Amino acid sequence: MKETWRTAKKAVVFFEVEILDAKTKDKLCFLDKVEPNATIGEIKSMFHKSHPQWYPARQSIRLDPKGKSLKDEDVLQHLPVGTTATFYFRDLGAQISWVTVFLTEYTGPLVIYLMFYFRVPFIYAPKYDFTTSKHWVVHLACMCHSFHYVKRLLETLFVHRFSHGTMPLRNIFKNCTYYWGFAAWMAYYINHPLYTPPSKYTCTYFCQIGNFSIHVALRNLRPPGSKTRKIPYPTKNPFTWIFLLVSCPNYTYELGSWLGFTLMTQCLPVAFFTLVGFIQMTVWAKGKHRSYLKEFRDYPPLRSPILPFIL
Amino acid sequence: MSAAAPGTSKAAHSEVGPKKKKGPGALATAYLVIYNVVMTAGWLVIAVGLVRAYLARGSYHGLYYSIEKPLKFFQTGAILEILHCAVGIVPSSVVLTGFQVMSRVFLTWAVTHSVREVQSEDSVLLFVTAWTITEIIRYSFYTFSLLNHLPYLIKWARYTFFIVLYPMGVTGELLTIYAALPYVQKTGLYSVTLPNKYNFSFDYYTFLILVMISYIPLFPQLYFHMIRQRKKVLGHIEDYSKVE
Repeated sequence: MKETWRTAKKAVVFFEVEILDAKTKDKLCFLDKVEPNATIGEIKSMFHKSHPQWYPARQSIRLDPKGKSLKDEDVLQHLPVGTTATFYFRDLGAQISWVTVFLTEYTGPLVIYLMFYFRVPFIYAPKYDFTTSKHWVVHLACMCHSFHYVKRLLETLFVHRFSHGTMPLRNIFKNCTYYWGFAAWMAYYINHPLYTPPSKYTCTYFCQIGNFSIHVALRNLRPPGSKTRKIPYPTKNPFTWIFLLVSCPNYTYELGSWLGFTLMTQCLPVAFFTLVGFIQMTVWAKGKHRSYLKEFRDYPPLRSPILPFIL
Repeated sequence: MSAAAPGTSKAAHSEVGPKKKKGPGALATAYLVIYNVVMTAGWLVIAVGLVRAYLARGSYHGLYYSIEKPLKFFQTGAILEILHCAVGIVPSSVVLTGFQVMSRVFLTWAVTHSVREVQSEDSVLLFVTAWTITEIIRYSFYTFSLLNHLPYLIKWARYTFFIVLYPMGVTGELLTIYAALPYVQKTGLYSVTLPNKYNFSFDYYTFLILVMISYIPLFPQLYFHMIRQRKKVLGHIEDYSKVE
């Protein structure tokens, strides 16, 4: 009944959608009577019905075989297509959710470090099994490292809002190798019976709290459930004042935390981990900074991507 | 690894058909031609040096010493190829080329040069011979390709000789590293032990073993990549009269 009322008011033009394979151009799916206000997300679900092995998260739908992927929120009638729309499909491969990846890659270092800290058998010489270090800095390092990863796990569960739900499955192996590998390498030396402690320690706490505040500030920018992007600005919290100078202060504080940890433990593997992390975060920060500049005309010009005035 | 870098030849690209999209400029081409000619000449010097030393001594033993200096010079010089990729005058992956060149440099300096006792091993001759023949063919291949006058014979040799030379080189390399192990363990070469103020340790002996193990996944991948390239490049027998 609703339908006849609608057609009486205004002729609704249904779309036809054909989906072709981006590489072979084979016709994979034909959908008729598609609502003009259907979203790409809905079309993906329809495509999934006819091809159950390609769940929506692994579908890349584009207007051009070599073009960019369309977003799930894009509406059919607002796209530059005729009433018979042709889309191209690429399989992104098996996908895994960001949350799963983050939880796995962060739980590893937490558990692994503790195994070395408690000197579980088969790591060091048997006479040291289940002994503890006599250096207080080793205990402090364990607390800092554990706090860092517990914080990250809690942030993943309760704070972060992700703009993409999934990533390719192989990333979990790559990421876990990196985090778990480095955690084991650092923990081995810090908790070693022959560890040589430094003569003083530094402000690793300061930076960890700063890092957390940034994550909370960024979370508050994004209304729950949405994927909108806004320019982050400093708030009353002093730790967010660094937004005046830097686009990605979470990375700045992260670097600060690991620098502090390096100085505190005076351990070369920790320095390597800090360096590799810094390089990766700089790449990410520069990318983020560039997309902020592209997206917002009035982006504050004083800001640098990660290091105030420098980088 | 002793194989010629599979990705560095223009003909090794996956697209079939004309591919002169955005090659190096005239100056870069001139430089590359000179570079490749010099490298071809250098490895020919090493080849001649080996042959002459063999004829003079009458045995395969200890020929390394007769070509030690040019080997070090020209193999180390190949580091420039990483730069060529980074700068963009050669359309290859920096990472892949870097890996190939550094593994050769590693064997030349960190194994053969550093552990004197292995220099008289026959395994050294095995990989040096494989490298020499491979590089002479590879560099002349690049030279001719750049000048757009690639004789089919060179193309054929580049994509065929590796079938024997690659395993030969890998065998020589592995045997040499294996021969170096006892001396590295005994002298603690390049190793750092605890305790020390950097809280760091490195065992070169274990590292060399890991390097040997890494050949197991890496060698087949590179080898079969070359075999696939061979099918692609030489598969078109009917085009043999067409010059690259």
